[in-house]
Amino acid sequence: MDIPYTVQNRPDTGVYNAKIGIWLFLASEVMLFGGLFSAYVLLRVGADEGMWPHGWLNVKLGAINTLLLALSAITTLLAWAACKVRDFGKFKFFHACTIILALTFLCIKSYEYYDKFHHYEVQLKSGGYADGHFVKQSDDFDVTKHIGTITLHGHKVEDRKELMDLRTPAAQTAKHEEMEIPASDIVKLENYGPQHHTFTAIYFTMSGLHALHILGGILVIGYLWGPGSRMWKTDPERFTNRIEVSGLFWHFVDLVWIFLFPVLYLT
Amino acid sequence: MSESEKPVTLSSYYRLCAVVLLAVICTTSLMIFTSFAHIGEGWTLKLTLILAIAVVNAFLVAGYLMHLLSEKKLVYTILAFTVVFGIGLMGLTIWATNGFPPGTASH
Repeated sequence: MDIPYTVQNRPDTGVYNAKIGIWLFLASEVMLFGGLFSAYVLLRVGADEGMWPHGWLNVKLGAINTLLLALSAITTLLAWAACKVRDFGKFKFFHACTIILALTFLCIKSYEYYDKFHHYEVQLKSGGYADGHFVKQSDDFDVTKHIGTITLHGHKVEDRKELMDLRTPAAQTAKHEEMEIPASDIVKLENYGPQHHTFTAIYFTMSGLHALHILGGILVIGYLWGPGSRMWKTDPERFTNRIEVSGLFWHFVDLVWIFLFPVLYLT
Repeated sequence: MSESEKPVTLSSYYRLCAVVLLAVICTTSLMIFTSFAHIGEGWTLKLTLILAIAVVNAFLVAGYLMHLLSEKKLVYTILAFTVVFGIGLMGLTIWATNGFPPGTASH
């Protein structure tokens, strides 16, 4: 049985069915991310004065990821254009580039997550806060039993607000060194995971959901590059439409990042 | 006629992609510059400028890479509905922020 309008445009809609399908899907995706962006706005507006973080994320890595996604969007478009001109070799090349770029994006994102989970804020009994990356801990370290020590590479501050804006001159010039902190001096020890702050919660939620979309895109594009590309031999027009539809999804993922990058990294 | 139905040549797409990539690099650099520049007091002006540049960036991707500049009317209709519902979603949430039922909030 032939599925109608996989290649030809429907007379009433003017486009083939998969294209309507992907646009309706993208509309629902806009609502999904729109809800999260509005949640971000509410959380940020509702934060106490001086308690919304600035400079917690690595702008260089975010910018590299922006360029990687932009490049991958371009290679996706070129893969579709190669199908249109019936150049299967170029299609394979450009789509392989898309997959490699997307995987690189995920590697960088994973590194950023790893960094956050190894970055600790420690409230000290002796006053103030220690903030830094995990170096080592003694074998017997147990913060609940107040035994052992933990070593962080970072600095100490008096007020937690000083840890919120890392772009201030004081934060930029703060001397970072190894600090050995006895568990007996710890009131609270917490890494920069989602539970740490409202910002990290919304950051992990939004960027995590976006990363899942990247992963989904890699799976679809990988399938079309590999086993799915057999359709090229039997129905190249339909295959080209599949590439266009998957490309639209990929461009949407790029669009979301275009707003996530400034909202999370730059403001 | 949508972009996908026009005759395609790879060389024309190479040019288009080079221009879009250059523009994306420029807008991204501009956003970063704006973020670190000393503009006004606080973050309101900076945030507005950065988001305005992000909108330009998004227009380039949606308009040229997604071919939205030359799509069919039905796609525009779907997007128009999305925009209306999106504004409703955000607007209603923000509008209801302080709308606590009597006796449930003290601030």
